Amino acid sequence: MDARVVSPNSVSATKGATLGDYFSIVGHSEVDEIHSLAGKLTAKTVKMVNSTAVGGGVAEILNCLVPLMEEVGLKCEWSVMTGGNDFFEVTKAFHNALHGAPYDPPQRAFDIFLANTEQNLQHLQFDSDFVVIHDPQPAGMIKARRPGSQKWIWRCHIDVSHPNDHVWNFLMHFVPRYDAVLISSPSFSRPLPAPQYIFYPCIDPLSQKNQELGAEFIRDTLQRFAIDPKRPIITQISRFDRLKDPVGVIQAYKLVRKYLDCQLVLAGGGAADDPEGGQVLQEAREAAGNDPDVHILELPPWSALEINALQRASTIIVQKSLREGFGLTVTEALWKKKPVVASAVGGIPLQIVHKFTGLLTHSIEGTAYQIRFLLANPAIAAKLASNGHEHVRENFLMTRNLKRYLLLLLTLGQ
Amino acid sequence: MKAATSPFEFCAASSLTRISGMKASSLDEFLESMRHCSDATIFNHTFQSLEEHHYLTEGFSNDFAQWALSGCNEPKLAERMASLDIRQYPRISDLRADLVRILEEHLAGSPGSAARVAFAPFHFCEAVTIAVPTSWKASTLQEFCEALRHVSIHTIHYHFVTARLREPLSENDFSYWFKHGLGLKELSDRVDRIDIYANTLEGVRQHILQEASAWMPA
Repeated sequence: MDARVVSPNSVSATKGATLGDYFSIVGHSEVDEIHSLAGKLTAKTVKMVNSTAVGGGVAEILNCLVPLMEEVGLKCEWSVMTGGNDFFEVTKAFHNALHGAPYDPPQRAFDIFLANTEQNLQHLQFDSDFVVIHDPQPAGMIKARRPGSQKWIWRCHIDVSHPNDHVWNFLMHFVPRYDAVLISSPSFSRPLPAPQYIFYPCIDPLSQKNQELGAEFIRDTLQRFAIDPKRPIITQISRFDRLKDPVGVIQAYKLVRKYLDCQLVLAGGGAADDPEGGQVLQEAREAAGNDPDVHILELPPWSALEINALQRASTIIVQKSLREGFGLTVTEALWKKKPVVASAVGGIPLQIVHKFTGLLTHSIEGTAYQIRFLLANPAIAAKLASNGHEHVRENFLMTRNLKRYLLLLLTLGQ
Repeated sequence: MKAATSPFEFCAASSLTRISGMKASSLDEFLESMRHCSDATIFNHTFQSLEEHHYLTEGFSNDFAQWALSGCNEPKLAERMASLDIRQYPRISDLRADLVRILEEHLAGSPGSAARVAFAPFHFCEAVTIAVPTSWKASTLQEFCEALRHVSIHTIHYHFVTARLREPLSENDFSYWFKHGLGLKELSDRVDRIDIYANTLEGVRQHILQEASAWMPA
C-alpha cells in the first residue's frame, strides 16, 4: 500500500503491519526488546523528511517505519519536500554526481537547490526532538535548526565514497552541521566531523516482494513464463542495466550448461522508459540466441509478487553486478533461503560472507564455477542458504532498522 | 526449591556500529590501526562480531581473522587470530595485546606480506552498546529456566559472553548467580565450560537448560 499525501508537505503512512505481525518472523523476545528500548523514548518526537511520498526505496522504508515508531510510543511525523521539475532535475544530476559521475554544475543548479530549500523552509515545521533528513535533496533543511537540545540526523542512502567534488563541496555547507550521519556501508564513509553510523538498508518480510507464497501461485507463475519447475533454475533479478551485467550472466550460464542441465531466468524492468535499458535488453537477447532455456522477462513495476515467486522457485540466485549500491535483491534472495552467487562489489560483501552465507565471485568464469559447485553440492547450498537467511534476520529486516533508530535516538539523547 | 536473596535480572543489549575512521589496506596498516584503535573497536570486531554471526557453528570467529583470510589470503594468520577465545580475556587490552603479538610475529616471519595491498580494505568500526532491563526476573532455578527459554540470543550474549568484561571479571553472569545466588557451584562450573565456538547462541541456551535440568526437582 502506498503512503497518502495529506497536505502539501505531510504524509500519512498507510502500511498496515503492526509489530505483532513480526512475532512469527523475529520472535517475541526481539519485539520485547524493541519495546524496552522505546520505553526510554516515550513521547519523544521525531520528524522524517525526504523528497517523495511514493516510489523509491526510501518512501517504501518510511511507509513501514513511521507507523512502527508510532506504535512503540514515539510521535513520528513524515514530511516530504516539494519542488518543481527544475529542482528534481538538479537533484537527479546531484545524485548521479555523488555516485561519481562527471558533472560540472552551473551556478544556476545551486541557485535552484537553495531557492527550493528556502521555499520548503517556509512550510515545514522543525520543532521535534529529532529530525531525520533523508538523502541530499532536503539536506539544506538544517538551516532550520534551533539552538538547544534538538538533534539532527542525515541519512545518506547513496554511496558517496567517490563523489563529484563540485557537488560534495556544495553539500558540505550543510552536512557538517548535523549531529550524526547514517550510511549504508563503512566503505561509503567520508571524513566528517559528525559521528557516522552504519544503517543497513532493509527489507520488509511482510511486503508483497518478500511474503510467503503458496505453492500454487509459484507453480502458476512458472507456467505463465514457460519455465520448467522440474529442472534447476538459475535466476538474476535486476533491471536491464550494463552495471548488472546480464550478458555476463548468460555467458556464465553457457559455461555451466557444458556440465549440467539448467535454465536461466533474467527478470527485471527498466527497459521500457530507459533507452539504454532497451539496448541492454536487446544485447541480452542476442547473447541468449535461440536457447529455449534462457528466459528473459521484462516485467512491469507492479510485478512484486511475480518476482517473489521467481526467486522462491529458483535453485540458485545470481547477482553478477559490475557495480552495486547495497544490492537488496541479494537480501531478498537470502531471506527466501536461496543459495546466492554474487559479485564482491558495493554492499554485497556485507551480506555474503564468502563460504558462510553465500559465494562471492570476481569473474564470469568464477561465477560459472560457483554455480556448478552449488548445483553439484545441494547440501552445501542449503547450508549457505540457511545461514544467509539468519544473517538477514539478524541485520537487514525492518524490525532491525527500527531497533537501530531507537538505539541511535537513545545514544544521541544521552 | 532454594530462592536467591537477589533475583537474576535479565537485560537486553543491542549495539549500533559507529565508523571509527581508521582503515587498513595492507597488513602493516592493519597492525598500526590495531595498536591504536579504541577498545570499543576491538570489542566490535571480536565480541560483537561473534554475536552477529551467532548462527554459525564453525569457521567464523572474528572479523580480523575473516579479513586476514578473505582480504589478504593469509590462512595461517587467519587461523591464529581465529583461535583466540574471547572468554579468556577479562580486559580488552589483553585481547589487543595478543592480536598485535600474532600480527607482529606473522609479519616478522613473512615480511613480504606487510605492504601487499589487500583485496578490500578493512574498516575499523566501534560498537555502541545500550543495555536495558527486560521484564524477565528469576529468584529460583525454575524461574531462571523459564525466563531463559524466552529471552533473545542478544540477552544470552550479554550475560554469557560479554559479562566477562564487566565486574566481576572473567565470569559469566549466569555462573556467578548460580554460585553466589543459589549456591550451585557445580552447575556454575559446568555452565561456564560451555563452548561458545562449537555452539550457536541458541545452542548455548539449550545447553544451559539441559545442565540446569539436573538440579531441578523431579
